[in-house]
Amino acid sequence: MDLFQYDFMLRALVGALVIGLAAPALGIYLVQRRLALIGDGIGHVALTGVGAGLLLNRSPVLVAVVAATLGAIVIELVRSRGRTSGDLALALLFYGGIAGGVMLVGLSDASSGSLNAYLFGSLTTTSPADLVTILVLGVAILVTMLVLRPALFAVCHDEEYARVSGLPVRALNLLLAVGTAVTVTIAMRAVGVLLISALMVVPVATAQQVTRGFRATMGAAMALGLFAAGAGVWVAATADTAPGASVVLLAIGSFLVVALLAAGRRALRRRTRPVAVPVAEPPEHEVVLR
Amino acid sequence: MTEPVIQVSHAAVGYDGRAVLRDVSLTVTAGEVVAVLGANGSGKSTLIRAVLGLVPLGAGSVALFGTPQRRFRQWHRIGYVPQRLGAGSGVPATVGEVVASGRLARRGVLRPSGRADREAVAEALRAVGLADRAGDPVATLSGGQQQRTLIARALAGRPEVLLLDEPTAGVDAASQEAFAHALRAFRDGGGTVLLVAHELGPLRPLISRAVVVHQGGICHDGAVPEPAGHHAEPGHDHVHPHCDEEPAGLWSM
Repeated sequence: MDLFQYDFMLRALVGALVIGLAAPALGIYLVQRRLALIGDGIGHVALTGVGAGLLLNRSPVLVAVVAATLGAIVIELVRSRGRTSGDLALALLFYGGIAGGVMLVGLSDASSGSLNAYLFGSLTTTSPADLVTILVLGVAILVTMLVLRPALFAVCHDEEYARVSGLPVRALNLLLAVGTAVTVTIAMRAVGVLLISALMVVPVATAQQVTRGFRATMGAAMALGLFAAGAGVWVAATADTAPGASVVLLAIGSFLVVALLAAGRRALRRRTRPVAVPVAEPPEHEVVLR
Repeated sequence: MTEPVIQVSHAAVGYDGRAVLRDVSLTVTAGEVVAVLGANGSGKSTLIRAVLGLVPLGAGSVALFGTPQRRFRQWHRIGYVPQRLGAGSGVPATVGEVVASGRLARRGVLRPSGRADREAVAEALRAVGLADRAGDPVATLSGGQQQRTLIARALAGRPEVLLLDEPTAGVDAASQEAFAHALRAFRDGGGTVLLVAHELGPLRPLISRAVVVHQGGICHDGAVPEPAGHHAEPGHDHVHPHCDEEPAGLWSM
């Protein structure tokens, strides 16, 4: 634990904890809408922003927020019009984003190590200014997702019904898209753009193995995200591993443990009560493994 | 008092250049319980979706409570019951959580849920006979119970008019009875109902007027036609002669 006497370590830990709370709070809406992989695509776009920031000597995080937000808005507009052509449009955006990022980072003076830091996270690069950005935006995401939970739940659960309820469906969808972009970019430091999507989705998938309702799933997923982020940074600091990989592997490890326990509990219940109660088990793994 | 709750004038709806509804006019006044009947693919569900603005009109107009549909904002006066639960249910949700969505039209996006909301949700669940299932995940309910959940969601907003899209399709007898009971209570409280149905079952005594849609037009407007031996009502009989009239995707949304 001595490692956390260093300021940079403490900054990395605090940043990771905020992201560990905020990412699943937003990710649950993406999972509910079966858009579990959208965060990954937006991460690709954010990388172009990182490259542009490094090239222009501006804060890469802030430029990435702008780039990812624009990308997310384009994706949402394509989705809401959406038919089959949207699929290809998304592919163009994603691969264009990552190629542009790699190209721009290469053109800048930054070393190849700094590209790695953005792709997979790095503990030592969180500057005090970065931490302020992470805290402000992370708390804003968290509060928005919690306060607007009924409305966002309604939109993600049944979009047509939400429209007939007079909810500002388009504004809420855009809010979710922008929120995803912001979460991806602030999480770059801790877990990296290639792995952030996991922190949005895996805790939700883990929580819903055992929860019955949406609110309970959200709370449990946030607790799991907090644990994975905190423990992941500690492991990364202690064992000198990539923080993104440590956080994500811990999250996936929790998923496997909880899935096994839940399966065991179901089997046990079936044995003690031979008449099966549930009519239709929801396909719980589908979201992640698709 | 005959204030028009829903007024459809010369409405036409088409998908990909193919006409689904042609020159349809329909007026529903307060207190009426109107059933829209017709075979699969006759356009009856499209009619209800056009009234709600979920499909765009190609021609004609729709007015709700005297306001043109496009400018209508008092959505809390309307309760909509879709054919089935939306596809976006990747995360478990309890019956109570789904029904609570019905309060948003009244409460707005930002105001947190209060005691009036909780009472309305509990009352709506009682009305459809699901009070004891509030904490259960919707996915574990039977099809009929899920349908009753959607009706409770619409009732929770305390609307003045209910629009229901095939509420009894594929629903078990117990749920049909519970549903008829809830609808009767709603009508007795002064509510107006427009429902799309394939067959009426236990709802029949509640219906004050029937509209039969056939091949995109209204071919009957008046008393409920007899179910059998009345082949003069071509769209009504429980057969499926026009199933390929519309692409399947329209119905599954």
